[in-house]
Amino acid sequence: MPVPAIEFRDVSFMRPGGLRVLDRFSLTVESGDVLALVGRSGSGKTTVLKLVNRLLLPDAGAVLVEGRDTREWEPIRLRRRVGFVLQDVGLFPHLNVAGNVGVVPRLEGWPPERTTARVDELLDLVGLGAPSVAGRWPDELSGGQRQRVGVARALAIDPPVLLMDEPFGALDPLTRAELHTEFRRIQQRVRKSVVIVTHDMGEAFALGDRVGVLEGGRLIALDRPEVVAASREPLVRRLLDALPVVPRGPGTDAAPRAEGGAGAAASR
Amino acid sequence: MKALFAFWIAHRGELAALLGQHVMLVTASTVVAVAAGVPLGIFSARRPRLASPLIGLASVVQTIPSLAMFGFLLPVPLVGGVGARAALVVLILYGLLPIVRTTIAGLRSIDPAIREAGVAMGMTPRELLRQVELPLALPSIVAGVRVAAVVAVGSATIAAAIGAGGLGEYIYRGLSMVDTTVILAGAIPAALLALTVDAGLLWVERQLSVRRRSPRRRAAAAGVALVTAVVLLTSGVAARRTSGAIIVGSKNFTEQLVLGELVAQIIERDAGMPVLRRLNLGGTLICDGALRAGDLDVYVEYTGTALTAVFHAPISTDEAAVFDTVRNLYAKTGRTLLPPLGFNNTFAILVRGADARALGLRTIEDAARQSPHWRAGFGYEFVERPDGYAGLAKAYGFRFPEPPRVMDLTLSYRALASGQVDLIAGDATAGLIKALDLAPLDDNQHYFPPYDAAPVARAETLLRYPEVRLALERLSGKISADDMRALNYAADVEHRDIRTIAREFIAARITRESRTSP
Repeated sequence: MPVPAIEFRDVSFMRPGGLRVLDRFSLTVESGDVLALVGRSGSGKTTVLKLVNRLLLPDAGAVLVEGRDTREWEPIRLRRRVGFVLQDVGLFPHLNVAGNVGVVPRLEGWPPERTTARVDELLDLVGLGAPSVAGRWPDELSGGQRQRVGVARALAIDPPVLLMDEPFGALDPLTRAELHTEFRRIQQRVRKSVVIVTHDMGEAFALGDRVGVLEGGRLIALDRPEVVAASREPLVRRLLDALPVVPRGPGTDAAPRAEGGAGAAASR
Repeated sequence: MKALFAFWIAHRGELAALLGQHVMLVTASTVVAVAAGVPLGIFSARRPRLASPLIGLASVVQTIPSLAMFGFLLPVPLVGGVGARAALVVLILYGLLPIVRTTIAGLRSIDPAIREAGVAMGMTPRELLRQVELPLALPSIVAGVRVAAVVAVGSATIAAAIGAGGLGEYIYRGLSMVDTTVILAGAIPAALLALTVDAGLLWVERQLSVRRRSPRRRAAAAGVALVTAVVLLTSGVAARRTSGAIIVGSKNFTEQLVLGELVAQIIERDAGMPVLRRLNLGGTLICDGALRAGDLDVYVEYTGTALTAVFHAPISTDEAAVFDTVRNLYAKTGRTLLPPLGFNNTFAILVRGADARALGLRTIEDAARQSPHWRAGFGYEFVERPDGYAGLAKAYGFRFPEPPRVMDLTLSYRALASGQVDLIAGDATAGLIKALDLAPLDDNQHYFPPYDAAPVARAETLLRYPEVRLALERLSGKISADDMRALNYAADVEHRDIRTIAREFIAARITRESRTSP
């Protein structure tokens, strides 16, 4: 049996103030799988991601990446094996698109020609193949383009694991639907082990091979999307009703929603 | 305006040298302030507990007037004293604050999400600093450098008070001669220099802050700034290479400038030695401190001043006794008092000529009787010195209704002439006495000790260069009180160039030593 890409074993984590964010939390992400974690603001979704790449360490239990406890990983090595797409992208404003995508290859000391070739390949992959894009500056890009660059940057040295923190939260519904399709296309090609965090149930159902529901620091559901959607568990039900529900499928994402893209960003 | 251009043309060599010194002071101090301030800012940006006290301290330093700062540093070994070194220390201290502050502000203003992205991508703290934080903070840092450099241009003018040279020389010289043209001759280039520095660094800042710049152009902007700094520094250092020269100092009033120039020229002519002029130093104590520290080799002092202000010895009115006492006191501290030049520049208690005639005033005693209706104005030194105002008031029973106004010595002559005050303590040899129709009063109680002017030099210098001693001794007894008054008149009233005045006097009065005779 292959080693799971990510494994949480009875992980507890407390904020400095003593507030318990995760409580004996367990989770497994198989290699090449996409896990979508849904939960309300403050439910600990982002904490889960930060525990994976050792931005945080658990107070109890263990987080294993490729079978190895994150405490044993050298943090810099670990982070370079784990691509991270942030909610607000965090593109470096002093670097152009090519510069941003090539950051990690340069850190790894790749020769410039190899970096350039890889950047072209990645921009092509995320649908920004036009030659003019590579030289643009972050403030010249649309929100959707920025997210694509963020994904390309995270994939730069082909890390086996990809973490995405509300990656499409700040986009308008049309662009969002477009990027969902794009994401599935890219994932079919690259087959990463992905954890994607969102507060949008529709997005979770659209992207996840499996969907986990996070509430009160624990997983109250973890299964294939259709199983979660049909859950009779009262807590899951209540959460499903409380969350903005969007019918599944590309092209219908644009339906009226209780909470718009901008609101989603602000709620974090 | 015409006079100003004429002055610049006549002094173009000197102007270029002073401008060079000024640029050197500003560039060197700014480069060091950047080299120290940026790392300090980086270090404290992450340590809020350190950052606020550090900025507080730097702000306090900034509020110390630069002249006071030069004064504080005077007795400090290694960094203090007079000359360019001490001036650099002060300018560096002033430059640190804006640079540290903008470095901290630049680093703190970076969006946390961007920093987090860097960390999450696996950057080490060093990589994060060099590839993300510093490039993003750079425009802010350059803005701080700009402030520091412009402040340095201004502060460097004051550095002339401790003999660091620069355009402040003209400003001080103009102030002591009460000659607006000379003041402007220094002030205008200094202002233009400040504007140039400001515009140049603004250009660099813009190059760095506009995002749509290729890294190559940003590198070019940084490179231009760096190369300019290096070129300015090396040219400045090259210009200042004058080791092995005799360093001649003077205090900061006209007579001292003339005497300093006479001493310098006689050494150049008769000892054949190169001379570095550090004229216009800010007072007796600065000159004395510099001589002790070896920053000066020779300047002209007055026996009574040395007795009271330098050595704090009891006042005596016996001319020969005072000279011997002072010569011995100097000898004990490694200095040699050379024979007197020939005049006694005593304090002259001055009133307006019109008042003297109307009220029949002849002596200081006569004036003391008028004091309840009068206002007095004195130079800084006269108020403090043991042979100054306090003793004078006691000896003659002055009773002014309000405390004397403290003002610049040279300006006090004008203040008296224009009726702002009614009595001042000037120099007996001042050229302005005649020019402004002022009346010196007789010291009939013999309060003031003798103030015979005589060069005082470091004994070590005289031993090593006996020809310097010979040259200085040739001035002995050659300058009478009338001569000195005429020289001061030529400088102060006729606004003639001091170098020319000195050259003409030496040529006419001091015969050239025949070097060929044994």
